[in-house]
Amino acid sequence: MASSPLPPHMRPERSFQGLILALQRYWADYGCVILQPYDMEVGAGTFHPATTLRALGPHAWNAAYVQPSRRPKDGRYGENPNRLQHYYQYQVILKPSPPDIQDLYLKSLAAIGIDSALHDIRFVEDDWESPTLGAWGLGWECWCDGMEVSQFTYFQQVAGFECAPVSGELTYGLERIAMYVQGVDRVFDLNFNGRDDSRRVTYGDVFLQAEQEFSRHNFEHADTGMLFEQFRMAESACRKYLDAGWTDGNKGRHLMALPAYDQCIKASHVFNLLDARGVISVTERQSYILRVRELAKACGEAWLATAGGGAA
Amino acid sequence: MPDLLLELFSEEIPARMQARAADDLRRLVTERLVEAGLVYEGAKAFATPRRLALFVQGVPARQPDLREERKGPRVGAPAAAVQGFLKAAGLASLDEAHIQRDPKKGDFYVALVEKAGRPAIDVLAEILPVVVRTFPWPKSMRWGSGRLTWVRPLHSIVATFGPETEDPDIVPFSVDGLAAGDVTRGHRFLAPEPFQVRHFDDYVRKLEQAKVVLDPARRKDIILHEARQLAFAQGLELVEDEALLDEVAGLVEWPVALMGSFEPAFLAIPPEVIRTTIRNNQKCFVVREREQEKLAPKFLLVANIEATDGGAAIVSGNERVIRARLSDAKFFYETDLKTRLEDGLEKFKTIVFHEKLGTQSDRIERIERLAAELAPQILPNASEAEKAELVAKAKRAARLCKADLLTEVVGEFPELQGLMGKYYALAQSEDESVAAACEEHYKPLGPNDRVPADPVSVAVALADKIDTLVGFWAIDEKPTGSKDPYALRRAALGVIRLILENSKRVNLTSILIEHSDRFPKHDWASTVFGLLDFIGDRLKVQLRDQGARHDLVDAVFLQGIRSAQKIPGTENVRDLLLIVRRVEALGQFLESDDGKNLLAGYKRATNIIRIEEKRDKTSYQGAPDPELYRQAEEWELARAIDIAKDDANAAVAREDFAAAMRAMAVLRPHVDAFFDKVTVNVDGGGEEKKLRENRLRLLNQIRAATLAVADFSKIEG
Repeated sequence: MASSPLPPHMRPERSFQGLILALQRYWADYGCVILQPYDMEVGAGTFHPATTLRALGPHAWNAAYVQPSRRPKDGRYGENPNRLQHYYQYQVILKPSPPDIQDLYLKSLAAIGIDSALHDIRFVEDDWESPTLGAWGLGWECWCDGMEVSQFTYFQQVAGFECAPVSGELTYGLERIAMYVQGVDRVFDLNFNGRDDSRRVTYGDVFLQAEQEFSRHNFEHADTGMLFEQFRMAESACRKYLDAGWTDGNKGRHLMALPAYDQCIKASHVFNLLDARGVISVTERQSYILRVRELAKACGEAWLATAGGGAA
Repeated sequence: MPDLLLELFSEEIPARMQARAADDLRRLVTERLVEAGLVYEGAKAFATPRRLALFVQGVPARQPDLREERKGPRVGAPAAAVQGFLKAAGLASLDEAHIQRDPKKGDFYVALVEKAGRPAIDVLAEILPVVVRTFPWPKSMRWGSGRLTWVRPLHSIVATFGPETEDPDIVPFSVDGLAAGDVTRGHRFLAPEPFQVRHFDDYVRKLEQAKVVLDPARRKDIILHEARQLAFAQGLELVEDEALLDEVAGLVEWPVALMGSFEPAFLAIPPEVIRTTIRNNQKCFVVREREQEKLAPKFLLVANIEATDGGAAIVSGNERVIRARLSDAKFFYETDLKTRLEDGLEKFKTIVFHEKLGTQSDRIERIERLAAELAPQILPNASEAEKAELVAKAKRAARLCKADLLTEVVGEFPELQGLMGKYYALAQSEDESVAAACEEHYKPLGPNDRVPADPVSVAVALADKIDTLVGFWAIDEKPTGSKDPYALRRAALGVIRLILENSKRVNLTSILIEHSDRFPKHDWASTVFGLLDFIGDRLKVQLRDQGARHDLVDAVFLQGIRSAQKIPGTENVRDLLLIVRRVEALGQFLESDDGKNLLAGYKRATNIIRIEEKRDKTSYQGAPDPELYRQAEEWELARAIDIAKDDANAAVAREDFAAAMRAMAVLRPHVDAFFDKVTVNVDGGGEEKKLRENRLRLLNQIRAATLAVADFSKIEG
């Protein structure tokens, strides 16, 4: 990639947003569709329909995007140096997974200032499974000098359906990588905009208050009555849209896979909130996970009967 | 003779799968070679994170030719049968077949089929793709648009075949579009360019130049050597860890050991926590002060590259991660220290141990009661006051021993359960034996684990295991075949080792009966006796594993275990310690001349009785009549039997098994003399018949007498 030298405040090792922009440029240059975050609350970039649904069916698909991810249980009131209930993932999906995907990944690290001649980069076994999505894959945790910086997965199954062709999924933990390249021990100390003068904005300036407030919300005040109701509503809406979307009794064509899947995402996030509030017992927990998985599977089935899913 | 070089080059293979995969590759290829008549001289397989390699030395260049006679139809058989024969045997006409004469059944055709052996390289071209396609990875995957499965994407295959003195040929095959060739690559970062390889030696040398150490054993050596050196240079000592070494050797192709440090303040955390943190999360080794247990604030990491800055960035990166990990560990540890162990127990009321066995709280209560019952049996000769103290400590330990399961550190590192309990118990000033029992009640965790000796630990360890065993027997969740999800075999072996290695006399029968009452809804008799038999079986296995003769074990078991079933709970007969002592005494006795001869006499006597009983269709049990003794040897044998029986029974009663065996030895000269001088099978009726029957009854008494010490009929030889 021919590019003029970046001004210091744009450099990935000095600026959190510079890091994101470097990844965006790198994957755009490769030919990915650069998407914006999905406009719903999700637990991980994988939930974005651009990954979950696009991983199903025969069509090639290369996309990259930042996905704000919510893990209500991981909130620490802003007091833990690296645990957050809201953070950014950088998600890349390449379908079919190209033969040089590992090299592509390593070059992306080089693009954000991680030089493989100086740093010890490893691919350490990690099998990935998402019980709520009915998905699994094999791959690695990618380590840089002993720190996990990414997840690398070859999807084998999503929503209970075999992936053919197989998608390669790369998920970068942006805050962690930024902390590493900026040499910062506390996430809130990250330099967000790369400025060192009075214009400097830190990660804490942007997110600390949100972490405190949402931790209070997730653990203490989230309205569980409303959430139980929302779960039920999302579940039944999902089923309703799925039923309405089939054009005939043979399930040949579906017309509303995406709206139905939105409700599946909704149910999943509401479940995570209820879980954080501690109002779901161990045995109930399993049954909630199963209910979300059933929705995900039905959405996957519907998606495969759409043009995007490869239906003729 | 030619050699085969095979390399399967892929993306990173999980470390834990590499050794097994190398072995499978060697086995699968060589088995098929031998099946194809290609007997090779030697084979070796290797694995690195990115490749499996196989070297098969001395493969014949061709399969041997096969000659085979194939029998055909009778001469003059219908044309269809003849045509079928010709086709099957590959003959053009009957002129190529021979006729075999057979005057009885009629002459028939025979074809001599000669199958020329094929070149080995062609055979390999068939074998290798099958091995690749059917390789037994524990988990395999697809990638891209292909259908082939492998542990991670497979990128290239090297397969060369030829004698050492010549340029080898490429074995012509391909798998899912991937053609075998002679080109591979070196280290991912240090030498990524492709290069050509010929024979195995050439391959190993070029790999080494390309910064790949092929042999995992050599990588381990390099790591161990470098790590020891680095530690030594600082006046320190590597804490060796074989499992970690294996894993780390599977994560690198070019090992480079580097040393990093952490703040000495972290040494306030228990060393096991430091080690587990550094080992599990970072796959690094810890080091200690030379010849001391105390850890040093250093660690050893193994990088996969020679970094251009000498490893400075790698070390500092690893130090940062380890610092963060240790900060977490320190925080967990300090948080745990703020609560007393018993304060968490309330939570166990909501934690289910097993659906049918109630909560953890129920379980702890049962263990506490059982430990209190067992404790006095652990110190039978102690004073009442000492026993009472032991009971109190056992109860306290039983109450606290699971509490660490709720702590932060154990939540993070489940393998530290027990050990953390000990630390926290000591921190809250519990009695030392109570604290030790918090750790030791899990022991022994297998045949090689240490068995605790402190009476408190022994009582709680037994209670923990017996509760598990009785509970799962009561709900009928016994181990079957290879399935033992609750590790019940290990628990039973634990009970056995705790009792035997501490020489404790425990009345298992009554303990099991008592404890089985604490579980609802089950048939206590089948629970208790089923479990006793299970423990008996484990004891047999254990004794055999320790080298005891299985026939002696059987000879004593019949005495010790089964006979007792009639009167359960009333006697201390199911005493594991006594059974074992008896086996030992019997073994020693049978080593002596007296023992050998007595056994010979016993066998002779029982053989005669068996034959005569069968012939006469009667039994010669029952007391002989002294009125019918005619010879001195009869009188003397009868007297010796009485004395031996009495003495042996008395010795058994006082648990002196060696003496019981010695008592049996008295029999020996009399048995010998009896067989020398007395004719058992006297011919004739009337008086002679009576004498014969009486002598057989007398012989039978030998069998009866030996039963006092063991069932000699089970003994071989």
